[in-house]
Amino acid sequence: MGASRIVKGKAIPHPVGDPSQPYEGEKELRKEMLKKALEALETEVASPTIFST
Amino acid sequence: MRDDVQALIRAPCEREEGEAMTKFKVVHYLNQFFAGVGGEEKADVGPGAREGAVGPGMALAQVLGDTGEVVGTVYCGDNYISENAEQATQEVVELISQFRPDIVIAGPGFGSGRYGLACGQVCQAVKESLDIPVLTGVHKDSPAAETYKGKVLMASTKDSAAGMAEAIATIARLASKLVKKEELGPAMEEGYIPTGRRVNRFSDKTAAERAVDMLMRKLRGEDPRTEWPLPKYEQVPPADALANAANSTIAIVTEGGIVHRGNPEMLESGWATKWVRFDTAEEPEMTPDKFQSIHGGFDTTAASAEPNRMVPLDAAREMEKEGDIGKLHDYVYSTTGNMGPIASFKKFGQEIAAELSSAGVQGVILTAT
Repeated sequence: MGASRIVKGKAIPHPVGDPSQPYEGEKELRKEMLKKALEALETEVASPTIFST
Repeated sequence: MRDDVQALIRAPCEREEGEAMTKFKVVHYLNQFFAGVGGEEKADVGPGAREGAVGPGMALAQVLGDTGEVVGTVYCGDNYISENAEQATQEVVELISQFRPDIVIAGPGFGSGRYGLACGQVCQAVKESLDIPVLTGVHKDSPAAETYKGKVLMASTKDSAAGMAEAIATIARLASKLVKKEELGPAMEEGYIPTGRRVNRFSDKTAAERAVDMLMRKLRGEDPRTEWPLPKYEQVPPADALANAANSTIAIVTEGGIVHRGNPEMLESGWATKWVRFDTAEEPEMTPDKFQSIHGGFDTTAASAEPNRMVPLDAAREMEKEGDIGKLHDYVYSTTGNMGPIASFKKFGQEIAAELSSAGVQGVILTAT
């Protein structure tokens, strides 16, 4: 859909969260995803690219 | 063109028996070229009017036969009307209104930029100020087709005046229907540019049968005639990579319907007409007493109970402290990303990007549902 750098979300209702985990675990998950997102921003891409966590 | 016009005269517009012989009155709008004033060197000429039909209006008059009459022609230079849009359009509308028309037909403008846009502009102004039907004709890929889609009825024409006879025939047929206030059929059948309006219809064939028919047409090398044209998605060229996130200002944007609790912004849960912005400069995280999701496309329980699951502010703040992110932008942007037309979201994206860019934001993380 035109997004150039994609990190797969956890789920539609909570893309950066996981209600099955305690809060600290969830926050760690968010940090991992954000780190991956920053890595994606720092990477040159020519076409839509998926960055896996 | 002459032979085509002759052929068309033999098939004038249908008129029901017993119908009054009164002809509906057409005023025709043209640019300086088609009005015979002159070419590009006369594109600065201001609005003018003539009695009766001129240029393509003659062909139109012939096709209309005894159903309609071109009572007057109003013209304007393409440059003049594009450079003095408001004033020139007003003058053109005044000239048009003096003929007391039942309908205004502009162009056709075919694939041209200025002329097509002028046709759309005149039609829209006439519709708004005189409240009579209006009609133009342009090519589907012309700037006017994009700009006036859904606002002005446009016959679908070829991209050059080589398609004049065909365009005039379609325009005359549509004009008669508009004046008689007849319901128009689907765009593909009637020959106008789709308006974006969708109407349910019953078919005597099942979807499976229609799909096989379509496949057969495709295999025979014919136009498969889809019932549901796919939207054209634009390819967005990727932005250059960020040199170093640790030295950059990063913003969080979401389409997950995040609003202040109670939705004082009145953001829609679908078909969003706007985006919203929150000052999160003093917020260490997204707390459920302040924020919630009103998105209409999924169960918002998890996001409203813990809005960091949609806008990961808690984690991003820690990363800002730890030095992974240079600075988090002071504002979070949000809209609801379901149902609405792509054109709206494109506009939201451009508006948000413009704000972020002028605020010095270098990277954006967009959480999507």
